[in-house]
Amino acid sequence: MAPIENTAAGPITGVIRLGDGARGLRGLVVAVGFSALSNLATDGKAKRNDGEFDAELERRLLEIGFVEGAHVEILHEGLFGRDPIAVKVDTMRVALRRHEANAILVQPEPGRVGRP
Amino acid sequence: MNVSVPTLPSLRLALVGNPNCGKTALFNALTGSRQKVANYPGVTVERKEGNFVSPIGRPVVAIDLPGTYSLRGRSPDEVVTRDAILGRLEGDQRPDMLVCVADATNLRIMLRLVLELRNAGIPMLLALNMMDIARYRGITIDVDGLSAELGIPVITTVAVSPDGTQALLQQIDAMANAGLASTEPHWHALDASEVRDAHHLADRLVDRFVSHPANDRDWTRRIDRILLNPAGGLLILLAVLFLVFQAVFSWATLPMEWISAGFDWLAQTVSAILPAGLLSSLITDGVITGVGSVLVFLPQIIILFFFIILLEDFGYMARAAFLMDRIVGGAGLHGRSFIPLLSSFACAIPGIMATRVIENRRQRLATIMVAPLMTCSARIPVYTLIISAFIPNRQVWGMVNLQGLVMFSLYAAGIVSAFAVALVFRTFVWRGKSEPFIMELPGYKRPLVRSVLLGVVQRAIIFLKRAGTIILSMMILIWFLSTFPAPPEGATGPAIHYSFAGIIGHALQPLLAPIGFNWQIAVALIPGLAAREVAVGALATVYAIGGDASGSALSQTLSAQWSLATALSLLAWYVFAPQCASTLGVVRRETNSWRWPVAMFVYMMVLAYIASFVVYQSAIALGG
Repeated sequence: MAPIENTAAGPITGVIRLGDGARGLRGLVVAVGFSALSNLATDGKAKRNDGEFDAELERRLLEIGFVEGAHVEILHEGLFGRDPIAVKVDTMRVALRRHEANAILVQPEPGRVGRP
Repeated sequence: MNVSVPTLPSLRLALVGNPNCGKTALFNALTGSRQKVANYPGVTVERKEGNFVSPIGRPVVAIDLPGTYSLRGRSPDEVVTRDAILGRLEGDQRPDMLVCVADATNLRIMLRLVLELRNAGIPMLLALNMMDIARYRGITIDVDGLSAELGIPVITTVAVSPDGTQALLQQIDAMANAGLASTEPHWHALDASEVRDAHHLADRLVDRFVSHPANDRDWTRRIDRILLNPAGGLLILLAVLFLVFQAVFSWATLPMEWISAGFDWLAQTVSAILPAGLLSSLITDGVITGVGSVLVFLPQIIILFFFIILLEDFGYMARAAFLMDRIVGGAGLHGRSFIPLLSSFACAIPGIMATRVIENRRQRLATIMVAPLMTCSARIPVYTLIISAFIPNRQVWGMVNLQGLVMFSLYAAGIVSAFAVALVFRTFVWRGKSEPFIMELPGYKRPLVRSVLLGVVQRAIIFLKRAGTIILSMMILIWFLSTFPAPPEGATGPAIHYSFAGIIGHALQPLLAPIGFNWQIAVALIPGLAAREVAVGALATVYAIGGDASGSALSQTLSAQWSLATALSLLAWYVFAPQCASTLGVVRRETNSWRWPVAMFVYMMVLAYIASFVVYQSAIALGG
């Protein structure tokens, strides 16, 4: 699988944070970790940096399979505030809160942005 | 003597893999019931070791290491896995061989770990477990290709089938015969970019050697559509819990009666044989009655753990954590706190033991601290006694039984206060970021009866060991307090008046007067520290009511002697008070420090006093 080019030179268009996605969203992970996101995000919302905590979150997300180029799909949502979400990451299912999912930037497949 | 077969040197192998890869099922298949469960020194991580003999007669010691996604060691479990593999574990030999266990339907994450494990310097092989499910779903794996590329033997296993471990056993022999030579580990903690690189390497391996069918017969997805439905899923969870509790409380009734009858019989027999005196009193009142009053919960604990392990093996517990995360998360707890809190409705001891699944120390401690607020079954005899003595058995609002309503309110008070206390911890003690909730939702699997029963037996043994050590010593201490010093010559009241418990009770009485407790209650609370329901028997002793302590005689005496305000105050006391020395002992054990049991005792005592004060004074003001 070809690695996704995510040069920090210019903002990637059309990407959304996984935590903002709705059930049915399908796409490819283009960036993981709030530090990577702060270079990429266009709306400034993801611009934050919290050193130690974010580095730890990034490694945990990577270890459980959220890595650039991984296929993701939001399968289920919780009842209250549609949180947490259950995500299919390639061949495995992972439950996580939207807050943590916001550290993952996804390029949605056309027509698979999920329920509005 | 015929020494024809030379004894082969024994081999130590360790099973390592991701959580949910079927590692423990494989371990059970290899070792059967020849397992030893203990703790690693200094930490509350379970150490599982078992023995088996390989096909050519080689004795093998297998260790089931805690599941992990990396060797980084975030939680105590993961630190044990890392240290065992790197030979850093005190008193534990480095294994001769690693068996990396992978879920064949989800190879990618384990391949990443295998790449990291190659730096450990121990000969290893890769077992593709759950191969039956992979075949059913049409997933094909080029085993030889993968083996050649990784440079280690790769075999397939089906832990749940009788001959599903043959290839593994043969491979272990083959590797041992060829000679196993470990080298110095050259592992270092991977940084984020190294993890990324390893993932991409693992992805390329999966692309080359694994093929997924276009039409995957994946049952998990279909089952999840029902069980994780936002509203329906919660209703199903509630229904499951309802059934579990029905089972815990109704199935356990009969065996509990047998156990308590058995202990009564034992106490009577012993007191008939032994001459009356201190020894007889120690054995019957202290040891037998005391331990019996805790062991009587064994049936409930066994039934509860049967369902918990069954649901865990099926894959449902991770779903329960998912469904409950938002609800318990509101109080700063973790989705995984849910199961320990649930267990605490039977008894806080298994509940506190079950907090080991929570990786984050703070959230684990918060869960431990609030677990005793859940209404355990030892409170039921106390609640029942007071409710039947003071609350009229009549209908209110047309259809609700008043006694039942009071009972329900006591349960609700426990739950609400547990959430409130957790929130206070979150807001004032452990401020800052909440621990991320990131958890794998494993594929559903048919639970294996043998595995479930093995797990239940291991839990029961752990509980019995606790009863034999911590609980027994607490019982003896409380017996001592209730027995010494002996009453003076010509004393008229019950002996407990003159004991340390009596002295402490009398001394405490002025302190307890504002919450409406008389000296009899104060004295009964001391032996009641052994276990909550012991207070019922102690009240009978103090009021010198012989015979059947749980019968109506005590109930009538109490309703004649106490005001309603006192009764309500005592109910409020029992919602909060740390009236269980065994729980405090287990907290000490699980946290490896006196700090937490002391903190628990103090905060629960303060809450109990405030609650009883408010209840008593309001009841008096309202004319109670």
